Formats: sequence, C-alpha cells, structure tokens
Amino acid sequence: MRHWNIKTITRASCLAASLAIGAAVPVYAEKVMNVIPHADLKNLDPIWTTAYISRNHGYMIYDTLFAMDDSFSPQPQMVDTWSTSEDGLTWTFVLRDGLKFHDGASVTGEDVVASLQRWGKRDGMGQQLFKVITSLEASSANTVTMKLSQPYGLVLESIGKISSNVPFIMPKRVAETDAFEQITDYTGSGPFKFESDQWVPGSKVVYTKFDGYVPRSEPASAASGGKKALVDKIVWQYFPDNTTAMNALMAGEIDYFESPAPDLAPLLAADPNITVEVNDPLGNIGFARFNHLLPPFDDVEVRRAAMMAMKQEDYLAAAIGDPQFWKTCYSVFPCGTPLANDVGSDIMATGSIDAAKAALAKTDYDGTPVLIMQPTDVPVLSAFSLVTAEKLRNAGFEVNVEAMDWSTLTSRRALRDPVGEGGWNMFHTWWIGADVIDPMAIAFSGDPDAGWFGWPTDAELEEARGQFSKATSLEEKQEIGRKVQERLWAIGASGELGQFFTPVAYRNNVKGLIKSPVQFFWNMSVE
Amino acid sequence: MENHVESSAFDIAWKNRNVSIGLSVLLIIIVLALIGPIFTKDPFSLSPMSRLKPPGDFGLFGTDQLGRDVFSRVVNGGRISLTVGLSVAVFAILVGTILGLIAGYVRALDSIIMRVMDGLMAIPAILLAIAMISLSGASLATVIAAIVIPEVPRVVRLVRSVVLTVREEPYVEAAISVGTPVHLIMHRHILPNTIAALIVQATYICGSAMLTEAILGFLGAGIPPEIPSWGNIMSEGRTFFQLTPWIIFFPGIALAVTVLSVNIVGDGLRDTLDPRIARSLK
Amino acid sequence: MFVYTIKRALMTIPVILVVALFVFLLLRLSPGDPAAVIAGDYATAEDVARIREKLGLSEPIVVQFASWVGALLQGDFGTSIFSSKPVTELIKQRLEPTLLLASCTIIFSVIVAVPLGTIAAFKAGSWTDRTVMLFSVGGFSVPVFVLGYILIYVFSMNLRILPVQGYKSPFEFGMIPFLRHMILPTLTLSVIYIALLARMTRASVIEVLEEDYIRTARAKGLSETKILMRHALRNAAVPIVTVIGLGIALLIGGVVVTESVYNIPGLGRLVLDAVLARDYPIIQGLILFFSLVYVLLNLLIDLAYTFFDPRIKY
Repeated sequence: MRHWNIKTITRASCLAASLAIGAAVPVYAEKVMNVIPHADLKNLDPIWTTAYISRNHGYMIYDTLFAMDDSFSPQPQMVDTWSTSEDGLTWTFVLRDGLKFHDGASVTGEDVVASLQRWGKRDGMGQQLFKVITSLEASSANTVTMKLSQPYGLVLESIGKISSNVPFIMPKRVAETDAFEQITDYTGSGPFKFESDQWVPGSKVVYTKFDGYVPRSEPASAASGGKKALVDKIVWQYFPDNTTAMNALMAGEIDYFESPAPDLAPLLAADPNITVEVNDPLGNIGFARFNHLLPPFDDVEVRRAAMMAMKQEDYLAAAIGDPQFWKTCYSVFPCGTPLANDVGSDIMATGSIDAAKAALAKTDYDGTPVLIMQPTDVPVLSAFSLVTAEKLRNAGFEVNVEAMDWSTLTSRRALRDPVGEGGWNMFHTWWIGADVIDPMAIAFSGDPDAGWFGWPTDAELEEARGQFSKATSLEEKQEIGRKVQERLWAIGASGELGQFFTPVAYRNNVKGLIKSPVQFFWNMSVE
Repeated sequence: MENHVESSAFDIAWKNRNVSIGLSVLLIIIVLALIGPIFTKDPFSLSPMSRLKPPGDFGLFGTDQLGRDVFSRVVNGGRISLTVGLSVAVFAILVGTILGLIAGYVRALDSIIMRVMDGLMAIPAILLAIAMISLSGASLATVIAAIVIPEVPRVVRLVRSVVLTVREEPYVEAAISVGTPVHLIMHRHILPNTIAALIVQATYICGSAMLTEAILGFLGAGIPPEIPSWGNIMSEGRTFFQLTPWIIFFPGIALAVTVLSVNIVGDGLRDTLDPRIARSLK
Repeated sequence: MFVYTIKRALMTIPVILVVALFVFLLLRLSPGDPAAVIAGDYATAEDVARIREKLGLSEPIVVQFASWVGALLQGDFGTSIFSSKPVTELIKQRLEPTLLLASCTIIFSVIVAVPLGTIAAFKAGSWTDRTVMLFSVGGFSVPVFVLGYILIYVFSMNLRILPVQGYKSPFEFGMIPFLRHMILPTLTLSVIYIALLARMTRASVIEVLEEDYIRTARAKGLSETKILMRHALRNAAVPIVTVIGLGIALLIGGVVVTESVYNIPGLGRLVLDAVLARDYPIIQGLILFFSLVYVLLNLLIDLAYTFFDPRIKY
C-alpha cells in the first residue's frame, strides 16, 4: 500500500515537474536551416581533395587570408593590413585581432605558415606560387612574412583563390598532416563548427554556429566581407534522388536545395512558396577535351574540324534543357568576366556539320576511330558525350563510345597509352567559371608535362601564360588573355560547349543569399 | 520411354489455361521485340530541341530528356530484357546442372562445391551483382554473368538432390556395377529425371533476371546506359518522374507484363508436371 | 542435442570463409585503382604509388588477404577510404533504420501473408485462391522502385497524407513520426515478401491438409477452424519459418532499392554509395556483414526447430 503510494506520488511529482519545465522553456527556438547540398560530403579535407563539396565544407568551418569579392578581386579576410616591399619580393601580412579557432586558441602566424605550406603541395596555383617563394615565416604571433625570388603578380589571387583547392587556414597541428593523408581533426576558425559525432557519411552533416567568430565590418561580397552566422544550426542532408529531393522541398521538410536538375525548375517555380534562381553569375563551362598525343587528334586540323561540328546550342539543349539556364559563349574565358574576348572564336562558333565535313576531308584523317569516354553517372557529361558522338559521326568520323562511371574516367584519363591499352581520344567535363577565369587555369596549359589531361604542346601558349603572372594592370592582363585565347583556338586545345547555370531552389522564408560561384551559407537566415 | 512421358506432360501443360494464356502473351511480346525495331524510329537518334515531349505528336510514348523516341526505345528494350532473361536462365541452368551433376556423382568434390554454393547463397544477390558489375565494368556480358552467379546455387542443389536419389535406384546401381560409362548413365537416367524440374526453374530464373536487370539499371549499376534496356530507360526517367511519368510507366508496364506472363507460365508448368517435382520446387 | 548445436554452428564457418574469400577476390581482381581515385587530378605517379603503399595495395595478394582476415578476427572491418571513418562505426550509425525497416516489413508481411496463404490453401481452387495466387505472382513481377514511385505519387503527392521521404528515429522523435515515415517504405518492401510467404504458406498448408492425421481429425468431426489452428498451421510452421529466413537475402536486396527511393539513411544506401564510389573497405565490410546476418539468422532458425518441432530429431 505504502509502496503504491510512493510510486503514485513520484509519478505525480514528475508530471508536475515536467509541466513546470514545459511552461518555463523560453520562447526562443533554435533556428535550423535544412539544406540539400549538391553532392554527398565524402571527405572532410579540402586540401586533400578538389571535390567542390569538400571546398564548400571548408568555407563553413575555415577562414581564409584573402577572399574574392564579386568582381573577382582579392580582398583581405583574416588579414588586417599587408604591405609589399618596393622590389616586390617581400610581402608582410598582419592578421586581424580576435581570430579564434573553435577550440578557443588564437590564430597565429605559425598556423598560417603551416596551412599555406600544406596547400602548396596539393594545389596547382599553390605549386606555382611556392616555386618563387624562398621563405615563409611567422615573424611574430600575428605577422607572416613571405619572401620571393622574383616578382609574382598573383600572390593575392593565389592565397585568395575562391575555388578548389582553397588555402584554408587550419591549426598548425592539423596542417602538419602529410598533404597526401586526410586530416582527422576538424578544428577551424570559420563562422560554423563541424559536429563530428553527428556526421553520417552519405546522409547528414551538421554545423553549429561558432559564437567566437568575429566577422569583418564590410558587407558580404562573394567570399569576402563580413561572414555572419544567422542560424544556430545548418544541416546538410544528401538526397541521391532528385525527385525525392524536390518533393521534400515542396513539402517543407527542406529549406534550401542547392542544385535541382534544371528540368525540375518549372515544377519548383510553380510552387508559390518556392523561389528558383541562378545564384552563380559565371556558371559552368562545358569542355570537350581532345587527347593531343594520339591519332586522330594528334593532328591540329583534325581537332579543328571536330570543333567546327560542335554546335553549342545542341549540347546545351540536350544536357541542360531550359534555355533560361544556358547561353552560348565563344570565349575561352567565361563570358561576362574581364578577360572574355572574341579573338579567333570563329572556329568554335561555326557549329556546322557541313563545314566540319569539308574541313575533315582536307586533312589526312584515315578513319581511325575516336574513343569517347562517357561518364554515365553524370547526366550532363553523359549527354555531352552522346551529342559529340552523333556530330562527329555525321561529320565523317568513326566513333566508339565507351560508357564508364566518372571515377573510372578520372583514373583513365590520366593514361597516355594508346587506345587499345587503356588510352582515350576524348572526354567531356565542365569547369566552374571561376576556375577558368584567367590564363593561369590548368585547363589552358600548353605544357604536356605539367598540364591537364589531353596534353597539348605549345611553347607560344606557355610563354604567354608565363607573362600573365608578371602582368599588373588590367589592360596588360587582357592583352595576354587575348594572346592565350588566340593560341588555344589555333591549336584546337579543346572544344568549348558554352556556359550553363545551375539554379538553386529555396523556400521563401530563406533570406540573405550571396551571389557567388561558390555556395556560402553565412548571412543566410530562415524566418 | 522417358521421352513419351515428357511430351505428354507438355501436352497437358499446354491444356492448362495459365500456360496457354501466359505463353500467348509472351509470344506476342517476343514477336514485337523481334520485328518491332524494323519499323520504329532510330532509338539512338537525338533531337535536343524536342525533349521531354508527352505522348502524341512526338511519338506514341513521347520523348525522353535527349529527345529520343520512347516508343522505339521500349520496343528495342524488349530485345535486351528478353536477351538478359533467356541468357541468364540458360547459363544458370547449364552451369548449375554441370556443377550439380559433379557434386552428386563425385563424392570427393561434393562438399567443396556445396560449401562454395552455401557461401554464394549467403551473399544477397543484388549486392553481389552491383558489386561485381561496378567493379568489373558494365557491359551486357558482365550484367548477365553477375545475375547468373547468384542463381546457380539453387540449381546445383536441385540437380544434386535428384542425382543422389536416382543413384540409389536399383536399376542405376545395376547400370553402374556393369560398368556403363558415366555419360550414358547421366544421359539415360539422371537428366530425364531432372529435365522437367529444370524447365520450371528456368522460367522463374528468367522472370527474376529481367527484374534484377531493371533494378540494377535503376540503381545506376547495370547495363551501360546507352543500351536502351527497360531498366535503363526507367533509370533515366527517374529525375523527371513528376514531369514526365510516361518515361517510367511505359517500360514499367512492359516489364511487369512480361515477367508476369513468364511467372504464370512457370506456375502452370509446375502445377501440371509431375507432383513430385512440384513439391521440390514450390 | 548439444552436439548438434555445436556441429551446426561449426558448419557456418566454411560458409563465412567462402564469403570472405569471394568478397576479397572480387574487389582485388577488379580493374579500378582506388589509389588513383584518391590521389585526384593533379597527383603525380609517385603520389599514387605512395598511396598504394599506404593502403597495402602493393603487397602480394596472399599477404593482403591474410592481413585482412587477421584484422577481421579482431573486429576490425577496415576504414573507409573517403570518410576515414571505421567501417564498424559507419555500420553502427546506419544500423537502426535498416533494422527497423526490415523488422516492420517482416512483421507486416507475416500478418498479411500467413492468413492469406492459409485461406487460399483451405479454399484451394476457388476464386479466393486464384486471386491470392495472382496477387502473389504479381508481387514477383513488379519492380520494387516502380511500386515505390507509384505509392509516393498517390499518397504523398496527390493525397498528401504521408511524408515523401526520410527517416525519423522513434527514440528521438517518438512513435508517431517514426511510423508515418515507415508506412510507405514498409509497404513497398513488403510486396515481394508477402508474395513469397503467401505462396509458401499455401503450399505447406495444402500439403499438411493431405496428411492422414488431418483426415482422421476430420473424420472425428473436428471443426474446420480447429483443424486449421491445431494441426495444419502448426505443422506448416516449419517450412514457413524457413522461408522467412531464406527470404532475408531477398529483403536485403530490396532494402538497397527502398532506402534509395525513400532516402532512408540505412545500410542499403551506405553500400550503394560505397559501390558507386569504389570505397573498397565499406563494400567488403558490408557484404560480409550482410552475409553474417543471413548465416546467423538461418542458424538460429534451424536450431529453433530442434526445440519447437518434436518430429525433427538429430
């Protein structure tokens, strides 16, 4: 009897207590933004991989010394003031006050030095920069001094580069990890913290606001300016299925959908609660890459004949669909950027099977089949491959299409062997506009040893590219840009397939999107 | 004598309503798949400017995301799906029968073969297939091989159990003792006793192989996507499901009807054939 | 009895070894090079070689197998190449949704299929029987994902009564949200299982009904319900339970598809993502894990007979 009583009393008091607590809970509700990212975050080291999703993860939790603004010029981000010696050989950077890592430690010059060194081992632009760096030292707790062997025009463009690999600043102990091994400590100094025990690879990534982050006072502009965390928590939920993702957004289970298939845009836009817009002004640039080492594309005239068949409209309509999400662009630099021009573009703008056929007939093409690698798990590239195959066949080429997945393609495209032994003649890809904005892009290399897959050889091109790093004025840079483009078209380096834009879709309660080629989540709020 | 039993069994089978309906539907599908492609448009021809059009002006079943004609792709896809179904059935039965005969007849190899078969059965078939295909490269041949392998153990078990039972029969023991060559014993006594059960088993394998091919295609780990199999057509239509449901529904219906008729034929055959077989197959 | 248990348990060892060997060879003999994938676009040949070394890919294949099995025995399933997380941890993270989805499916299927199969058997040849059998054949003939899309289309998009996707843990969000998210995936996954079970139940019950003791029972004037409950179902239980066990392999295949359609963060999605990304350790670990589950479940079922079915003696 007594036992029963105690039990009842306990129960009653528990109930009362829970009611009281319930009533006492403050009205404050945690602000959460649920996001569908463009890909699954497979690894967490943005220096180790060039995957764009890992880069975006990097921007969540790390900060950078310099950052690109929306006109693509580098602005100080972690750096407060900096100076250059008169001979241009010594650079001094002073860090802002109050920079803290998520574990509470202050960001020091030593952290910066170690981070840049690790980045310089993996990133293409970093490797170039480190070729001219003679010493990189922390001259005091908040100062870094960089000494160069010769003046270099792209110091700030390199350490402020916006896309992969971004030189994120990590604590020294983390940055000392071998550049070919992944980091295991995810302490950064950015506006959000990574919650590693809530990470479910393949499904969910959780970030929480870092209260210790001090944003700059300037307004946000692309990657630069003040980064304010306006929500308490951001959850990335990866959806392998576009239809399911779209339905989840429409049902209100998700706030922000980073990359809906452009074909779904009209369905999403028809929902009054959803906004669909293009957030990346530069878009992506489609590439049809030739292998310059193997026949038939070891002959420049054959490559140029193939380019004449490539009508950009057909590629873009097949791969992207809705014309509001693409436009033709016959400059090697993205249309709408400072270096875009039209020198030598006629070849790319031809877009005629008949012209290609006539041009091919004048070459020594002997019917050697063209092997196109088709990455069937990437719909846009898969469509590009099929369009090229059809156009080349119509122009008189023999064509074999070999289907594979993207990861196989990436390992196979590195092979310089003949076609029968694993080699290839063509593959398609895209670069985000920001990655091919100037002649330094590896996509434009004319050096078969250090260059990008396909290995064009052109000394004139390399010389022009080399001058670019020394150019200081915009006019000078544009002049070199025209020269580089002229060479690229003349040697038929790659076919360019136009500019396309992937829309973002979000519920109307999401505010504060930053226009940028890279997806940032600071300054975004949910209401 | 066995031959006589067989033919009369099939006469009875044909009189079974399930078998006759199923076979008739199947026959229509096979004929369509065989001669259809002669009359339809080129299933590979792209027309980017008329993509994702509904059934009607741009073709009986509309167009897909590259502007290809869905009707001609579905008709051509029939060839692929039937090829996969039939080849898997033939190879699974062939390999399974050989291994089963060896396991049942050669005592020394019995336990090795059966342990390997047990191991294979323990690996979920779809997992095994997607792993094999994506690791060894997708092609029609690898897909067929990847679907055959998980089907083999069941056939081996079936054949082995028949061999073990038949071996014990006095007339077989007698045949062995007078030194009849192994291949004659197989031919005269063992195969005739398994053939009916194997045919029934083959129909089921054929049906499930076509489904598996579609699932593999849907998961992105099947036959190379440029080949218009039903699974691939549906997989490509996946993104546009709400926009253009016909890209999934037409091949989906084609697949379901085909597999259904194959399975109905299988059921009918099983019911009309020897009840002992029926019991071992359920 | 005890001896049988030991013997039966020992019999699983060669099976598991065969699975392990098969999984290992499958992945090692395939042409893709994980080192090149990891090294990325700008890596030199030396970088790739270093990574190969690091992953142990340059050792002789026998050594690789031995060290792999050695690690397995210590419970080390390896580490994911891409996420650097231990495979065991990844499995733990993903286990709950898959386990609950599979359990819901098995329970629901048994509740639906056993009565259906029994009724069909009892009225063998009637139109009820034919309908059940037609449904069962149909269940084997519709691709799982087409069914999933139809259900989403009808219940989530048009009627808007069930969520489109996702998984809500019952321990975190409570029972109601959990069940709401489970209904469509369970229905989708159950169809093929119900088809299998109903067929098996029907066949077993028909077989039992032909036995002499049922005829005797009938002759004694026992009511049909009593015959069914007391004799037929009880005796048909063994083959039915066996099929539940064997069907686990089918279920696992379905889980991969269903989780992908409904975006459930379970083991099926994990293995599919790993296969597409060529994350060797995860593929190996998961195939092995699924096979272990299958083998152990069937071992348990086998052993259970010896306790529950007096007719089975060893």
